Amino acid sequence: MSAAMLREDAAGVPIDFATYHALVQLYAEYAYAVDSGDWDLWPEFFVDDCRYRLVPRENHERGLPLATLSFESKGMLKDRVYGIRETLFHDPYYQRHVVGAPLVRAFKPGRIESEANYAVFRTKLDGPSTVFNVGRYLDVVVATDRGLKFESRTAVFDSEMIPNSIIYPI
Amino acid sequence: MDRPEPAAVFPDLLSWESAGTSRIPFAAYTSETLHRRELERFFYQRHWCYVGLEAEIPNPGDFKRTVVGERSVILVRAQDGEVHVVENVCAHRGMSFCRERHGNHKDFTCPYHQWNYSLKGDLQGVPFRRGVKQDGKVQGGMPADFKPADNGLTKLRVAARGGVVFASFDHDVEPLEAFLGPAILRYFDRLFDGRALRLLGYNRQRIPGNWKLMQENIKDPYHPGLLHTWFVTFGLWRADNKSQLVMDEHHRHAAMISTRGQSGAAADVTQVSSFKADMKLEDPRFLDIVAEPWWGGPTAVMTTVFPSVIFQQQVNSVSTRHIQPDGHGAFDFVWTHFGFADDTPEMTERRLRQANLFGPAGFVSADDGEVIELSQQGFEQKPFHRTLAELGGTEVGDTDHMVTETLIRGMYRYWREVMEA
Repeated sequence: MSAAMLREDAAGVPIDFATYHALVQLYAEYAYAVDSGDWDLWPEFFVDDCRYRLVPRENHERGLPLATLSFESKGMLKDRVYGIRETLFHDPYYQRHVVGAPLVRAFKPGRIESEANYAVFRTKLDGPSTVFNVGRYLDVVVATDRGLKFESRTAVFDSEMIPNSIIYPI
Repeated sequence: MDRPEPAAVFPDLLSWESAGTSRIPFAAYTSETLHRRELERFFYQRHWCYVGLEAEIPNPGDFKRTVVGERSVILVRAQDGEVHVVENVCAHRGMSFCRERHGNHKDFTCPYHQWNYSLKGDLQGVPFRRGVKQDGKVQGGMPADFKPADNGLTKLRVAARGGVVFASFDHDVEPLEAFLGPAILRYFDRLFDGRALRLLGYNRQRIPGNWKLMQENIKDPYHPGLLHTWFVTFGLWRADNKSQLVMDEHHRHAAMISTRGQSGAAADVTQVSSFKADMKLEDPRFLDIVAEPWWGGPTAVMTTVFPSVIFQQQVNSVSTRHIQPDGHGAFDFVWTHFGFADDTPEMTERRLRQANLFGPAGFVSADDGEVIELSQQGFEQKPFHRTLAELGGTEVGDTDHMVTETLIRGMYRYWREVMEA
């Protein structure tokens, strides 16, 4: 591979363009999926033995283990989807993710550690669009025979005072 | 039946339909004037309010900023190890000087003019108090009769029991144990039995509804099996759960005590139409429940201590839920999850996993915030109307079943006694 195809990101980790492109595509498709209302799409971004955590920044930075949501398998993500669809009463809303460019923190073939800023806007049926949850994703992404998947995704959010409740996946 | 429209949609005065409290005026939730009277009479006088756990401030100098009602206070451990609560308002210019939410300090200094206080709230430093010497003359300074001892931070009375700290602006408040009363103290001591607590972390949510609605939510055993269908679907809530409702003698505090039913299929004992007997969790670890010796039978005890806090034990998940009002139409709800210092790593993991059921995104709690917001919307649009809390009759008393709204009626009996006095 020529030097021109290697990209030095801010953390100084070289990653080939094709892999970086696939990573960007994964982030974009995830954002599309969690905004689509088709919740079944969400668990499919993860490997079976995965971690998904939604954590207030306060707990993250103080080393406190509590998460707002903490799932330890793709099965738990599917259980969440069932809850969203069948059991969790909530005032319906749209959500819209805006995700920044991924910053690669570590890379070896088949495994990427990366992060990205995100902002989620919430729009209720009779109200304006408001900032709902902002933070950053801390990810471990692995190559599988179905393409890149999340081995773990931790959403650490600044918006510690949650506007009432979080129902849909961030 | 069509009810006639009243003379005024927005009545000037609160009016109850009877001497009882089974029909609660919407206006009890919509008036800023009444809200301020509630702050005075429930949060600032004659009541103990929750401020935190000793485990949050384990070392001398550790502090946590929190509130009593709508007043910012600091919970702090002094150098001698004693716990103090002081108001976060500088004696000089009234600045709410402490901006960090937690930390460790040797003393407190207001950044505006560097007035300095001990961790106990005593004023110990005033810059230029004696003035400035210039050309052989002393210029300015505080008056000669200025007494630092009279100008400390406002100190609250503090009571701690089982690692839980309460505070009161009212130094004549009755002892904490008398405030809770023997019936509630029994369940308080069951959870906080003297074992050291381990802080697991926080969740915070702002709920756009009147603060009393959260007390009522946890005094309402009617809704869990109906609103929280997740509970029902996965067998955690069953109509054959053995249950008990108890109150203190004033009916302001309550405990909902339940023991999970074991016999027969859940489908035989539920009346919920959405119940699906064949529904199984993909990952059953959400409900990896292990009975603990201190439970002494009940699998869930939800304790409401009026006005400021809820103590949760739902199987292995334990937390405090702090109600922090912000005007009549909103409150912040702060969840502090904890475990016990002697928990095994597996038990800690279990508590953290079961925490998925609770909090602002929880399988059986997110919907509580939602319904509270929508009740408030209903109240605001027609304050002349009233709610109905008549399940189980119109009286107030302890019961050995859950098919009643007696705890809500009890709370409003107390509310009327205090607010109409």
